[in-house]
Amino acid sequence: MANTREIRRRIRSVKNIAQVTKAMEAVSAAKMRKAQAQVLATRPYAQQAREVLSYIARLTNVESEMNALIKPRATIKRIGVVLITADRGLAGGFNANVIRKAATFIREKRRMGVEVEVVTVGRKGRDWLLRYDPVVRAEFTKMPDAPTTSHTSPITRVVIDDYMQGYFDEVYLIYTDFINAIRQEPVVNRLLPVEPAESSANMAPEYIFEPSPEAVLNYVLYGFTEVQILQGLFESIASEHSARMVAMRNATDAAGELIDSLTLTYNKARQEGITNELMDIIGGSAALEKAK
Amino acid sequence: MPILVDIVTPERRLLSQEVDMVTLPGIDGQMGILRGHAPLISTLDIGEIVLHKGNDKQFIAVGGGVVEVRPDKVTILAQAAESAGEINIQRAEEARERARASVEASSSQQHNPEAVAALRYSNLRLKVARRHAPHHRSSPNFEDDAQ
Repeated sequence: MANTREIRRRIRSVKNIAQVTKAMEAVSAAKMRKAQAQVLATRPYAQQAREVLSYIARLTNVESEMNALIKPRATIKRIGVVLITADRGLAGGFNANVIRKAATFIREKRRMGVEVEVVTVGRKGRDWLLRYDPVVRAEFTKMPDAPTTSHTSPITRVVIDDYMQGYFDEVYLIYTDFINAIRQEPVVNRLLPVEPAESSANMAPEYIFEPSPEAVLNYVLYGFTEVQILQGLFESIASEHSARMVAMRNATDAAGELIDSLTLTYNKARQEGITNELMDIIGGSAALEKAK
Repeated sequence: MPILVDIVTPERRLLSQEVDMVTLPGIDGQMGILRGHAPLISTLDIGEIVLHKGNDKQFIAVGGGVVEVRPDKVTILAQAAESAGEINIQRAEEARERARASVEASSSQQHNPEAVAALRYSNLRLKVARRHAPHHRSSPNFEDDAQ
């Protein structure tokens, strides 16, 4: 029977797909756990940097070029957006969601008469922009699963240099925030100018600065911006893997359902075949009876 | 009287430990910090941090950063930091060769401060790693400092 053979072939191929998606789910689950640990690891540095930063920001006598990284500019002509996506797809709505968020943000800013240029991190974001809205200032791809500052420092450089030279008047970071394994949300954070948060007031009242408050500020501002980008990247990686894990689990489940319904169809077809054969035999033997 | 030392990099918290004294590569020279030091914020050069505890010394390579000193606590915000024990000498040597190659490649056209810093840091990592390995302790490698 051509029909049952055809169905058997389909069942086999769906089973193979389920096997692959199941393996991908397991891989993503393992990667997600690692990425989750990374997300937490940047917190101590970020917090400490924020405290030193807010302390120096409150010193009134600090005059530094870098101080421009703290003070908001009066007129905003052009802004930069750092968009973090993944290099690969097959992660459900992960890339689409963060890109949609970015597209909406860009549209809103344009409506206010502000020019927007984008620094993309990850292939998916770059590809989308190049196709629909080519305003790419710089692009970075092939980030590893465990990026370090040596991977993020070129991004930080580009962003800070462009800001310092007045090319950008503000810089935003758009990435996917990892809330938990089944919830990830694209978010927009302002990177520059830095918002010095309220200090938790556990710093000493007065410090000796070496060599100068400006030099320290330069370093801390740079470090703070970098750690935020790194943090965004870690969040995005954790989100990517958990989104992929869920997508793959759904695919495995769907494959299971498909196999069940195909098996049912197959059995029906098989039985129908047997019935038909039986009827042929019975019909044949009845004809022979008659012929006797 | 011990003082608490915290070393954090953007990627992780390297250590949080009570020590008797800590020596830091300040931008204007080495500085030793004991408990009760006046509050100080300083930038750090590429260099080694030494944690003194009794007769024990622990070496940490640091690739620049900022230190915040309070009377009872020292917090180091390092751009990169590795303790002597976790540096793999062979891999560090390979890293130094790569750094050297990129300095040589760039010096022909223009001065590249980032490549030079990378080379200095990789030299330092080797020096710190060798200090950790006991059979090298008798002959510390000072020539790396020559740049």
